[in-house]
Amino acid sequence: MRAGDDLPSLTIPITRTLIIAGALASRDYQDVHHDTEAAKSKGSPDIFMNILTTNGLVGRYITDHFGPHAVLRKVAIRLGAPNYPGDELVLRGTVRSLDGDTAEVRIIGTNRLGHHVTGTVTVAMPRSSQETKQDPTP
Amino acid sequence: MRYRGRRGEGLMGVLPSEPDDDLYVRLKAFEGRPAVTGGTGKDPVNAPMIRHWCEAMGDTNPAYEGPDAIAPPTMLQAWTMGGLSGHRNGHGHSHGHGRGRPGRSSAYDALFSLLDEAGCTSVVATDCEQEYLRPLRPGDRITFDAVIESVSPRKTTKLGTGYFVTTRMDVRADGELAGTHRFRILKYAPAEGRRTPARPHPHPRPVINRDNAAFWAGVAERKLLIQRCTHCTALRFPWLPGCNRCGGDGWDTVEAAGHGTVFSYVVMHHPPFPAFDPPYAVGLIELAEGVRMVAGVVGVPPEKVRIGMPVRLEFRTVEEDLVLPVFNGRQA
Repeated sequence: MRAGDDLPSLTIPITRTLIIAGALASRDYQDVHHDTEAAKSKGSPDIFMNILTTNGLVGRYITDHFGPHAVLRKVAIRLGAPNYPGDELVLRGTVRSLDGDTAEVRIIGTNRLGHHVTGTVTVAMPRSSQETKQDPTP
Repeated sequence: MRYRGRRGEGLMGVLPSEPDDDLYVRLKAFEGRPAVTGGTGKDPVNAPMIRHWCEAMGDTNPAYEGPDAIAPPTMLQAWTMGGLSGHRNGHGHSHGHGRGRPGRSSAYDALFSLLDEAGCTSVVATDCEQEYLRPLRPGDRITFDAVIESVSPRKTTKLGTGYFVTTRMDVRADGELAGTHRFRILKYAPAEGRRTPARPHPHPRPVINRDNAAFWAGVAERKLLIQRCTHCTALRFPWLPGCNRCGGDGWDTVEAAGHGTVFSYVVMHHPPFPAFDPPYAVGLIELAEGVRMVAGVVGVPPEKVRIGMPVRLEFRTVEEDLVLPVFNGRQA
């Protein structure tokens, strides 16, 4: 792994179920995340994903790629265009810097409205796991 | 615009704040005051909630399962949430800091009341910055305290006008600091008419004043006029009352020949402003005469616009009484 490396993208269909399951799993009962009528009455075209779910998906994207030994140190995200049902979230990442066993990854998640999420994840990879990844001796 | 806002301005594009905002002064006085004191997680960290989270996220990381399981670090905030019963005291929506729970400070309630009274009744989360100091494991008992870190000046966003409120929370597991959680929300008054996007929106009008009236008179006649200092002959654009080279106040005009190149540009994707249809390119065009101006770049798909690309001046009738100069990047 080197600075400048791109991670493979991850496409996540934004279903109504994902939005609601994510809101409930994160204990967020704001009605705009599960009640379409309430969301509309507040000026939103539909329910939309809560920030905790986005945060969880960003974390998953990183650990999916770096493996179960990767240790998340920091996740900093900013939301832009909402994730509405029927859309698709495409997460992309680029390794910004590498300091010893710690990488800083720039994250961009897009949907059809534009950038849903931008952010930076700091992830550490203990040496043993790096060796297992980089040394595929049979 | 490509998504790189200044702090607190990431959400959907933000217009400049307005001056003379008394409410802002009152809101700002809450900076540094506690948002939550002595908060306690409703449940200890536990395997069922971890599993429900992983199911929802589609996260199959084995680190979150089995006898040595840790909680997904990004669950940090979830352990502090008030949940359904957290809404008992009535205001409607929390943004996740245990609204209506005993731990929530009177300062935070007062801040929200001020905003509610000002019509800023809606909440949307915009930023979340978490740092994880040690993993959380089933059985850990969660406590937390939060402080109101900052309140932004009044901002107008696509959603409406309001204030960004940033809190910073320390989350402890069995008394030991396990993570910090900085959270930014926009508390806003929903914009009127957002639900009727079909209504035609007039294109924004140029602000015409005595300093630039002759420029817009030229545009109406499909001429792009550049100001020229009659003392030192320096060209200047945009129009100004005095020469920025010699300070002279005399001027006449030169008509631009219409040749230029793209000096810089942005492609607007988001936010979609009424009367504009993203994506579209806005260029800083260097005219052959040497001055630069901002204008729309047309004639090529926005993603094909490049620095250095030659462009030609055109005039577009945007509405019946509105002509604007634009630059066409189509190769002849």
